[in-house]
Amino acid sequence: MTLDLALQYLVAGLTYGAIYAVVAIGFNIVYSATGIINFAQGEFVMLGGMLAVQLSRSMPLPAAVALSVAITAAVGAVVEVAFIRWLGKPTVLRMVVITIGVSILLREGALFLWGEGVRSLPYFTGDEVSSVGILGARISPQVFWVLGTVALIVAVLEWFYRRTLLGWEMQACAANKDAAALCGVPVRRLVTLSFAMAAAIGALAGAVVSPITYTSYAAGGPLAIKGFTVAILGGLGNSGGAVAAGLALGVVESFAVSVLPAAYKDVVTLSLLLAVLVVRPSGLFASGEAARLKEF
Amino acid sequence: MRLAVLALVAVALAAPATPAGAAEELKIGALLSVTGPAAFLGAPEARTLEMLTEQVNARGGIAGHKVKLIVKDTGASPEKAVSFARQLIDEEKVFAIIGPSTSGETMAVKGIAEEAKTLLISLAAAEVIVNPVASHVFKTAQKDSHAAALIFQDMKKRGITRIAVFSSNTGFGKAGKEQIAKLAPEYGIQIVLDEVYDKAATDLSAEATKLKGANAQAVLNWSIEPAQSILVKNIRQLGLTIPIYQSHGFGNLAYAKAAGSAAEGVIFPLGRLAVADALPAGNPQKPVLVAYRDAYQKRYGEEVSGFGGYAWDAFQLLAAAVEKVGLDRAKVRAALENTQGFVGQSGVFRFSAADHNGLGLDSFEMLTVKDGKFVPLAK
Repeated sequence: MTLDLALQYLVAGLTYGAIYAVVAIGFNIVYSATGIINFAQGEFVMLGGMLAVQLSRSMPLPAAVALSVAITAAVGAVVEVAFIRWLGKPTVLRMVVITIGVSILLREGALFLWGEGVRSLPYFTGDEVSSVGILGARISPQVFWVLGTVALIVAVLEWFYRRTLLGWEMQACAANKDAAALCGVPVRRLVTLSFAMAAAIGALAGAVVSPITYTSYAAGGPLAIKGFTVAILGGLGNSGGAVAAGLALGVVESFAVSVLPAAYKDVVTLSLLLAVLVVRPSGLFASGEAARLKEF
Repeated sequence: MRLAVLALVAVALAAPATPAGAAEELKIGALLSVTGPAAFLGAPEARTLEMLTEQVNARGGIAGHKVKLIVKDTGASPEKAVSFARQLIDEEKVFAIIGPSTSGETMAVKGIAEEAKTLLISLAAAEVIVNPVASHVFKTAQKDSHAAALIFQDMKKRGITRIAVFSSNTGFGKAGKEQIAKLAPEYGIQIVLDEVYDKAATDLSAEATKLKGANAQAVLNWSIEPAQSILVKNIRQLGLTIPIYQSHGFGNLAYAKAAGSAAEGVIFPLGRLAVADALPAGNPQKPVLVAYRDAYQKRYGEEVSGFGGYAWDAFQLLAAAVEKVGLDRAKVRAALENTQGFVGQSGVFRFSAADHNGLGLDSFEMLTVKDGKFVPLAK
């Protein structure tokens, strides 16, 4: 394989990988705060894309993306307040059923509002055919937008968790809810905030990737499966692990296409997931001891 | 809470309690992928049938029989198509079924309709639907073998001998791929790359990258999903300028719009509906095409597509047969099989006992995308 071909596959892989990583980070934020997997995370990504497309018809692109992120964050908060907050100490199974129910609700709502067609935002820079040449590889400018946005999300989250009081409170809440509450941490409000944050991050990713991948009412499901795979591979609750696992999975998929027929791409992903679950059930980047303390 | 449950139960019980229709009703079932990956096919098909049903009933029905249309959304899933087909035949006791929208679904229900002696007028493309012929199964979409033959003729004219073939993992993609492999040698064309991708693919840049090493002179893609727009985009982003050919599955302008400027110059065969205005005044299809297009666009405010045209043909062929012989299944089947020179959206139909598609090579026109519109390819 020549250098330019290898680079081309690498960039394609990093692009999907970055998207998977963002979805996985959304899973992790909610998981850290509540110990549950929010299966509606993929729908937040879909909602972000669809709302941005809708809003971009009546306002400039940056405003449309910002507003769509804000609305999706509000939807995330409402989902938590309406379906999760009043449950007290729900069982894992109950949460799974509830979040899957919410995902179906959001999907069908989007179908009702926007119909069955695919939509996308215009390219942020250039158009469908423009590309940048790097060492012989051709890369769409939107790829840089995606990679840049994901890097920004990761950096801001890192800063939030390490440097802000709110971030510390959230970590405390993740470590031990009861102890955090005794210290005066408003646990309930933080859980709502975690849903809003996960929704906002998903929405931003959904808006940025829509020129490349398109979005439709049904786009959430497949993304959630890939994001969930990455969250497991990286170790649940471990956002650094999610980024590493996401990028790795994207690159592996992309190079798999270069040697195997394209139809086997998902076979590679799922085989990898099964192998990791058998060999290292706590994920590639998490310690087994920490995993044993978690209930799910 | 208990009250809410009771209310739900009451609603559920009340729903099927609508009175059975009058005996004279013509019940038509439709299996269409209104949602899901083939929604660009099924949605305009469902809207077309809805519009025609309204029009016919406003006129007092077909030969006095009011039409009752029952649309089932299969989401392009062969499994759902099978269970809905059983439901339409066994429970609804429909007179005939229009659909399914896709080839994979049609092949899944072909046997069921044949066994139940219920007319099935498919809107899908694969030749295997009508070859071998099943007595009760017809189809209105042009055959994939004809589409492939026309594409190869065009390639031959341009001196193209080495091509890359892409197809999606659906019945349509698989059947098309087989026709391509079978016909290519006849035109002296060699397939240097043969890739199958998932029907729900959202990025094909890694697949497109394979083209760089393949040294192909043109790309031929065979699918009906939005992935066909993504592929075009990804190929052009790589800086490749080789001609891209698509199947007649590209025939919804929404696909060209989704690929934006990357779709410019894509070549594909399609019925004449999309280019009705460019036809000469004497063309027998022209008035039929223009009337449908104008009515559809007025009613739904969206661009008409060849897929809706397949549904128009199925409905009107059935209506013409019922008009002629009344509500007798065996007679309607025979009347349909003997239909000669019916001017429809996809072409002029000439059915026979051996040909349940009834369309020739001339039902296609080679088109291309220019300035975001479908236009006839310059000869």
